[in-house]
Amino acid sequence: MSLRNTVRALPTLLRIGFLEAVAYRAEMFVWVLSTTMPLVMLALWSAVARDAPIAGYGRGQFTAYFLSTFVVRQLTGCWVFWEMNFEVKNGTLAMRLLRPVEPIWSYAAEGLAAMPMRILVSMPVAGIALAVTGARHLSHDPFVWLVWVAAIFGAWALTLLINVIVGCAAFFLESSLKVMDLWLVLFFVFSGYLIPIDLFPARMRALANVLPFRYQIGFPVELMTGAHPLAGALHLLARQWMWNAFALVVAVLMWRSGLKRFAAYGG
Amino acid sequence: MIRVRALRKHYTVHERAPGIAAAVRALFVREKKTVAAVDGIDFDIAPGERVGFLGPNGAGKTTTLKVLSGLLHPTSGEVSVDGFEPKRRQDAFLKRIMLVLGQKQQLLWDLPPSETFELNRAVYDVPRPQYDETLRELTALLELGDLVRKPTRTLSLGERMKCELAAALIHRPNVLFLDEPTIGLDVSMQATVRDFVKRYNERNAATLILTSHYMEDVAYLCPRVIVIDKGRLVHDGSLEDLVTRTRPDKRIVLRFSKPVDAQDLAALVQRGKVVSHDAGHSVLQVHKDAVNAVVGRALSTLPVSDLTVENPPLEEVMSELFARHRGGANGGGANGGGADGGPRDGAGA
Repeated sequence: MSLRNTVRALPTLLRIGFLEAVAYRAEMFVWVLSTTMPLVMLALWSAVARDAPIAGYGRGQFTAYFLSTFVVRQLTGCWVFWEMNFEVKNGTLAMRLLRPVEPIWSYAAEGLAAMPMRILVSMPVAGIALAVTGARHLSHDPFVWLVWVAAIFGAWALTLLINVIVGCAAFFLESSLKVMDLWLVLFFVFSGYLIPIDLFPARMRALANVLPFRYQIGFPVELMTGAHPLAGALHLLARQWMWNAFALVVAVLMWRSGLKRFAAYGG
Repeated sequence: MIRVRALRKHYTVHERAPGIAAAVRALFVREKKTVAAVDGIDFDIAPGERVGFLGPNGAGKTTTLKVLSGLLHPTSGEVSVDGFEPKRRQDAFLKRIMLVLGQKQQLLWDLPPSETFELNRAVYDVPRPQYDETLRELTALLELGDLVRKPTRTLSLGERMKCELAAALIHRPNVLFLDEPTIGLDVSMQATVRDFVKRYNERNAATLILTSHYMEDVAYLCPRVIVIDKGRLVHDGSLEDLVTRTRPDKRIVLRFSKPVDAQDLAALVQRGKVVSHDAGHSVLQVHKDAVNAVVGRALSTLPVSDLTVENPPLEEVMSELFARHRGGANGGGANGGGADGGPRDGAGA
């Protein structure tokens, strides 16, 4: 597959993806509601921190952290594995394989095309976050915000690649969806989605630093809340992109070897 | 154009007996079985040729089409389509072919077919003027009208298939793989699709491989048929030849001006049989060599008002071919195939 062909088709892929996202607006709204866990955690941790800050997190910090988490989750969410799993199992992946655009690109475009709708949902929350907490709990360094843009893209790309890897598991396993269940358990613990990484004991924090989950959510959130100076932010960004490079290699290898096993059942 | 040599596609499948004990045992030891979906077939297809791919369910027809279109990697053998090795799925190859699977769709379910057409225009890199012209032509030939602007989910099966064909032809492929394109369609829609496919072939000199369980599709479209069963080739030649060799019989359809006794008919066909008989209408089946004699006797001894001689229905011919082949296979070894590509269907009925 030539990259030129894919780049040329990308605007149309994005346009169609957006139209599909709009066609599925009810489903998307339900999905958005289902990602409100950070708001639940906000209420919980705010109650816990009512009397005294926990590890430096007062109510204001928790509010900024979990509203940022909600925004980052909206901007980086991707559930391509579900579609891939379905299409590999029932053979409809065949229809994508017949087109001269690598299916991974069309999955990515579909995920990316849903972004405007998600921004529409997450922007009011970001506005509320700013109004409630003021800017004092958010980073004031414009360079850190530049790093944040790269980190958000990196977090989205990492989430997409992990989805592709898990989706490719459908070529090899009968119950590949269970792999994502396992991933999500670890993700919820180590990503900072439910608990800020700063609240972890030292050993778990060290572990979270080397695992990929934090770079999907916690890292961009920490950049928003000003937890890292520029040097530290760049260091973590480099780690995030190393994870991306590793995930890309694994995804490509699994995709190629999976295609050889693809049975295109049915029809 | 298409060259296939010693093509094999084998699958490994897991098996287990029913019941809890077998389920628990399968946790530790999984029984595997290799299924030969395609088991060593060879054929060549010339540019512009229309070929019917026939066989019972599970014979390996669709698997072969999927290998030819690059969806499946062959276990072994050599496959070339228009100079390309399909499994490499090069852009230039994918732009030359199309595959329509009657039971799968590429149309975007919640969007109108026009959006799928536009998507295909972009991914196949079809220049806008060519796209507009092709779409105009396809819309006219398939009588698409307003269908392309309605959400796909609201279209009937036949309407969807017409749009499916249009979507698959936007890039004007010169090799068409059609797998059961008329499945589930009513008789008139089947005829529309058949006619359209034939016209496309004639206008564009496109090569066509068709699988269908509707023999009318095959008879109308395909001068040549390849029959496979259990992954092996059992016939490659003209449809006429297949019919003659499988069922060297003809059907004589008689209409009478007054009632005829069944015994008189039975006396007429000593080497054949009476397929059906009522007072004013009878169908006889006789060996092709005996047709002239039987017709002569019928005309001279019976009150015949109308007489036609026909081939037996294709469905019957195919059914008999498969039954005979399976019967031979059951007694003839584990794999059950024909004699390595040699026709087995010509031996006496």
